[in-house]
Amino acid sequence: MAAHSAVLSASKIMNPFWVGRLGNTAKPPPAKYGGRHTVTLIPGDGIGPELLNHVREVFRFACVPVDFEMVNVNSALETDDDMNNAITAIRRNGVALKGNIETKHTLPASVKSRNNVLRTSLDLYANVMHCQSLPGVQTRHKNIDIMIIRENTEGEYSSLEHESVSGVVESLKIITRNNSIRIADYAFKLARERGRRRVTAVHKANIMKLADGLFLQCCREVASGYPDITFDSMIVDNTTMQLVSKPQQFDVMVMPNLYGNVVSNVCAGLVGGPGLVPGANYGRDYAVFETATRNTGKSIAEKNIANPTAMLLASCLMLDHLNLNDYASLIRNAVLTTMNETRVTQLCAEQCCCEVARGNLCCNLTRIHISFPAKLGNEMRVHTIHF
Amino acid sequence: MIPGDGIGPEISAAVMKIFEAAKAPITWEERNVTAIKGPGGRWMIPPDAKESMDRSKIGLKGPLKTPIAAGHPSMNLLLRKTFDLYANVRPCVSIEGYKTPYTDVDLVTIRENTEGEYSGIEHMIVDGVVQSIKLITENASRRIAEYAFEYARNNKRMSVTAVHKANIMRMSDGLFLRKCREVAENYKDIKFTEMYLDTVCLNMVQDPTQFDVLVMPNLYGDILSDLCAGLIGGLGVTPSGNIGANGVAIFESVHGTAPDIAGMDLANPTALLLSAVMMLRHMGLHDHADKIQTACFDTIRDKKVLTKDLGGSAKCSEFTAEICRRVQDLS
Repeated sequence: MAAHSAVLSASKIMNPFWVGRLGNTAKPPPAKYGGRHTVTLIPGDGIGPELLNHVREVFRFACVPVDFEMVNVNSALETDDDMNNAITAIRRNGVALKGNIETKHTLPASVKSRNNVLRTSLDLYANVMHCQSLPGVQTRHKNIDIMIIRENTEGEYSSLEHESVSGVVESLKIITRNNSIRIADYAFKLARERGRRRVTAVHKANIMKLADGLFLQCCREVASGYPDITFDSMIVDNTTMQLVSKPQQFDVMVMPNLYGNVVSNVCAGLVGGPGLVPGANYGRDYAVFETATRNTGKSIAEKNIANPTAMLLASCLMLDHLNLNDYASLIRNAVLTTMNETRVTQLCAEQCCCEVARGNLCCNLTRIHISFPAKLGNEMRVHTIHF
Repeated sequence: MIPGDGIGPEISAAVMKIFEAAKAPITWEERNVTAIKGPGGRWMIPPDAKESMDRSKIGLKGPLKTPIAAGHPSMNLLLRKTFDLYANVRPCVSIEGYKTPYTDVDLVTIRENTEGEYSGIEHMIVDGVVQSIKLITENASRRIAEYAFEYARNNKRMSVTAVHKANIMRMSDGLFLRKCREVAENYKDIKFTEMYLDTVCLNMVQDPTQFDVLVMPNLYGDILSDLCAGLIGGLGVTPSGNIGANGVAIFESVHGTAPDIAGMDLANPTALLLSAVMMLRHMGLHDHADKIQTACFDTIRDKKVLTKDLGGSAKCSEFTAEICRRVQDLS
């Protein structure tokens, strides 16, 4: 008990501003008792539950010292109790792995998107997505390696709307100096830590002069403190045009919320689809991991065709965050090797577990069989995806 | 005809020459739209330009320069407000002969052009906190939806997709979506679907052939129309049209004025030419439109005479002459 409180108080004293991103943090990961971590698991809707089951299977084979505390959120209810439980659980454990929670349009406008509520309550201000061309995946563009850092709490997603007169609706987009500086600082620190040379700010300041102008100004201010990293800016429509013709020119990109949504989806599409890219949301005290494009995938749920790669790689990011780097590398290599070898039609979770088992000398195999078409992520993209 | 600045005059001349070769029944009235200060201190376009436009209802515009610190707002914005150009239409068709990683693109983006995120209403509430207002109104949403379905019907397109983000912006995009749904009821022959903006972006870069006509508010339209332009090869080959109330329509090329190659006979007139073809179709002159379009695409496909940006080394005048020759062969 004394040791437990000593650990907790130590963690309160040494609290780095960016949890998990700076290479070796002196702060021990939260919720670690007896050598095992507890992580909140939110299955969400659509393909979330099945993907997270695969993650649990793989963790079991690899004997990863992580226990999952499952919290279910029912998106059909109007009350917020489910969400409050989930948020409390994440506050307790510090780390979460989640599927996407559907936002039903039929509910009144006062019921906000639950994913958004989670992000703003826990102040997960940075959404980081690393888009890399993966070996074994056929795409139109090769050699893509872009890090996208997106402001996660304000901008167009502030959910502040009102109907001034019948038939006239106003929606507010909020940009603040503090948040813009915070995200720009995060971006530059991450770029420096990963040895990246260039940061590009994406904006529309020629039209939204005050709002995006403020964002751009904050980025410039922060950039002046990092002379070793080149900083430039690009207007969002030009950015999308450049992304589909020459994506190799981009290195690290930082942007407000909505443009982040567009650019991250374009990049995910460029490297092969929503089933391949993991995403991470970092705040000062908490971290939540999920697929980068946040799809519910309702139309392919329970058909055993969803691609588990994104969720598995997201769980590897989580393991890195918990300082379980060996396990993270093990699972990541297993996933990438499996993808590389099994080029064509089928990716079996069984095979993935086999690879893990080979590395770890465990012998149990479960016949979980997932199949999807040759072009990875093909099935996922044609269906209506909600979040 | 508004030649514009930079390479504007050259490409306008090229287009007029090609139209002459095609014997299209168009007479051109050239006008300059550099803003002047009208009575009351408000900036406006020259009255003779406005009068000409009101009379003829159809315009073709080259690229306009927006000078910094000239005191007046961008000319494009001024034109938009003067003639209430509420719909921006950009058909994106893959050009054979101009290779991009995407083939078989054939879609149209229709973007609401007057409100949405570009209302320009912004204020600094307290120091360090800025608020920008996105405005969605029932009338504008209904108008653009009706235009989209009319366009789809007139051009024999199969489906219309509304692009939105109503899960996050429930009231504003919700209103836009409701209006689209209502208008869709009157056009049962055309399939109506709705899709989130991020899903559209994701699917667009993986398989653009699944999209047909897309209708959306201002900001999404801006981003998506440029994304689609990128798919077919950039702004140098993309046509665009702006439809206004009272039957006014201005077709334009959306690329810049390219001051570095102005006057050197190197410009590529394709964007303006395809916009002019759009104009002909809008006016119902389909045969002439088809002729000129075929001639243009054949020239590009043959790859013998191409301007520098398309990968060749010919001059603008040579490219134009080649197209004129083909047009005459086709007549």
